[in-house]
Amino acid sequence: MNALKPKHQRLVLLSVALVALIGAALLAAWALRNQASYFYVPSDMAANPPAPGQAVRLGGMVEQGSLKRRADGLTIDFVVGDGKARVPVVFSGIVPDLFVEGSGVVAEGSLRPDGTFAATDLLAKHDENYMPRELADMTEAQKREAIAETE
Amino acid sequence: MIAELGLAALWLATALAGLQLLGGVLGQRESGADLAALVRPAAVMQALLCAFAFGTLVLLFARTDLSVALVAQNSHSEKPLIFKIAGPWGNHEGSMLLWITVMSLAGGLIALVERRLPEKTLLATLAAQAFVGLGFYAFLLVSSNPFERLDPAPAQGLGLNPLLQDIGLAMHPPTLYCGYVGLSVAFSFAVGALLTRQVTPDFARVIRPWVLGAWIFLTLGITAGSYWAYYELGWGGWWFWDPTENASLMPWLAATALLHSVSVLAARDALRTWTILLGVVAFSMSMVGTFLVRSGVVTSVHAFAVDPQRGTFILVLLTIYIGGALVLFATRAGTIAEGERFTVMSREGALVINNVALSALLGIVLLGTLYPLLTEAFGVKVSVGPPYFNPVGAVFLMPMLAVLAVGPLLRWRRDSFARIRLPVLAAFAVGLAVLLGMWLIAGMALLPLLGMAMAAVVGIGSVLPLLGRSLRRLPLATLGMVVAHFGVAVALFGMAADSAFSIEKLVAARQGDTTEVGPWRVTLASVEPVAGPNWTALEARLSASYRGGAPSEIKPQARSFWAPPQQTSESALLTRWNGQLYTVIGGEADGDRWQLRLWWKPFVTWIWYGGALIALGGLLALIGRLRTDLKRRTVRARVAARRMEAAA
Repeated sequence: MNALKPKHQRLVLLSVALVALIGAALLAAWALRNQASYFYVPSDMAANPPAPGQAVRLGGMVEQGSLKRRADGLTIDFVVGDGKARVPVVFSGIVPDLFVEGSGVVAEGSLRPDGTFAATDLLAKHDENYMPRELADMTEAQKREAIAETE
Repeated sequence: MIAELGLAALWLATALAGLQLLGGVLGQRESGADLAALVRPAAVMQALLCAFAFGTLVLLFARTDLSVALVAQNSHSEKPLIFKIAGPWGNHEGSMLLWITVMSLAGGLIALVERRLPEKTLLATLAAQAFVGLGFYAFLLVSSNPFERLDPAPAQGLGLNPLLQDIGLAMHPPTLYCGYVGLSVAFSFAVGALLTRQVTPDFARVIRPWVLGAWIFLTLGITAGSYWAYYELGWGGWWFWDPTENASLMPWLAATALLHSVSVLAARDALRTWTILLGVVAFSMSMVGTFLVRSGVVTSVHAFAVDPQRGTFILVLLTIYIGGALVLFATRAGTIAEGERFTVMSREGALVINNVALSALLGIVLLGTLYPLLTEAFGVKVSVGPPYFNPVGAVFLMPMLAVLAVGPLLRWRRDSFARIRLPVLAAFAVGLAVLLGMWLIAGMALLPLLGMAMAAVVGIGSVLPLLGRSLRRLPLATLGMVVAHFGVAVALFGMAADSAFSIEKLVAARQGDTTEVGPWRVTLASVEPVAGPNWTALEARLSASYRGGAPSEIKPQARSFWAPPQQTSESALLTRWNGQLYTVIGGEADGDRWQLRLWWKPFVTWIWYGGALIALGGLLALIGRLRTDLKRRTVRARVAARRMEAAA
């Protein structure tokens, strides 16, 4: 047996480890750039729409009088606005309890080619302590309005 | 009076922690021998006082003493007793008190039972434990005092978040904390070993049961939390890659790596510096997790209150402890002599690959969790979810699992693949057959397909070490390893089956309507109003029959709590050995129709059975290790006694 061999083996392991960790970092960085879903408010979405089908989140206020339930009893249409722009949203499923017109909502989903936002999930305020983070940064006026509506 | 007693005990415990630190540091010199003698008693007393303080808080909650601010904000006299008793940790202050209680109990236990290490290393370890503890005592007393009084006392409390009013609250937080904070022991031992330059196989044998114990609790806590979220949140998912979940997964990944590298150090005296580094990293991940969860930088049901002062406080503690330990590591690592060598094709080699893969996974989860915080600093809001974590994680998980199937078959130090070629090739052949078969028959997506195939490989590989061995003479630790590894296969199979074969139905049903979901036929019999101690609810009476068999009744509810006012949906489940029917009632669709959400989730329960098996494997290994240690101790004592006799 060659005396250098164990040292050589150690080197092999070390380089395997290094390559794996650097690979993990590069892969993670690449995937984060491509797979993170971005948060939009309606005016962002109007100015610079995401590619259709790309997973994004849309946050804003549910416009008064815009909520309509379709005949299947499961699908709803509503409009999310931020005072500057409006985005029509469609959602099938059980809505959160505090989802009402005039209150804040974050919708997860993607934009359809026709400009409608197809939501796969709705996040609304659970209670005073737990609300989607993005809603916490809405303007004070919007917040007051939202609180007035949900109380 | 009770609250004041609790607070006084907490202050006394803090003072004792100070004494413990002082004695541990000064005791390193001969001149400090007097103080050093106080370290062990101080640690034990500190643990008792902390446990007492925690007991008083439980009592205050059980009696709903509304003159205590914490009770008034988080409890209610009409809340069921079990949630009053479990209530103390359902809020920020109480959970931090639980944290420090677990930490001081761990320190006290070390002081009480640990006699194998050189005394100076033990003193340094207890000093480190006290040093970390002091920071959290300060945090508790300065910015999160759980015993603060409220004057005048309100007539009624605000109640506990209804999502937490579940038996899961009695299970998940205490087990998780025992694991999470139990890792502080590994941290303190690592610091103690670095300070006194004692990184030896003996050191590894001493910390192994501690790491194992913390890891078992952590495994149970994560498993219980996952099942709780699954049935309580009503979304039908069992893991959401939520930052708070990641905060528990990261210490688990680090602790799993540590567990394996400690074995190498104990058996072969190799991987010395790496094991020490992992000891530091594991508890650092617990602290990072606490920062993420408790500071309010991420919003979730775990973030009880958003208070910038608290976030800053924890961040400062993090910087001191993690930064300090890493600096100590960097300055001392060079002085630790190189351990034993080994070749790549050996048990050690396989364990190194396992450690590298676990570290890579840890890095991936950490990056994904912190990324939204980083981008937000630049004004860009993003969320990172399954599309990132699942595929990127799989890239490292799959090779790791392949090595998991092979590694335990290899011998220490040096081995040749030729010796184990036959069983290994057979296992992978079965995996390949599963892969092709499932792909052709079920047309599964790539990730579940790989998961299913790898579950087969790991399932077979994990029991191969039993081949040709007598079960009666098998060391308990080896059996533990086999059970834990087999648990990985079971959990993996459950995950793959759930994600590939789940069927979801969303319907608006009238009374008498029948919906088919997979092999089930579910009929809505009626919807009735019902009432509980602190809620009212709409309850759907569903009758479900499996493949035309006798129907069983299940009753999902939409509950409205009045303290605090909040709605939750209580899912109702029907469990069979091969999966679960999961039902949720939504709101009224219109006039006479109700929204129902039904899932058939084949083999989903296997995920948690797997988690339980992994923990059970850990427990078997722990018992085995402790028994061997005890035997060794009695043999040693007997030898010493005989020598005494001979001398006499």
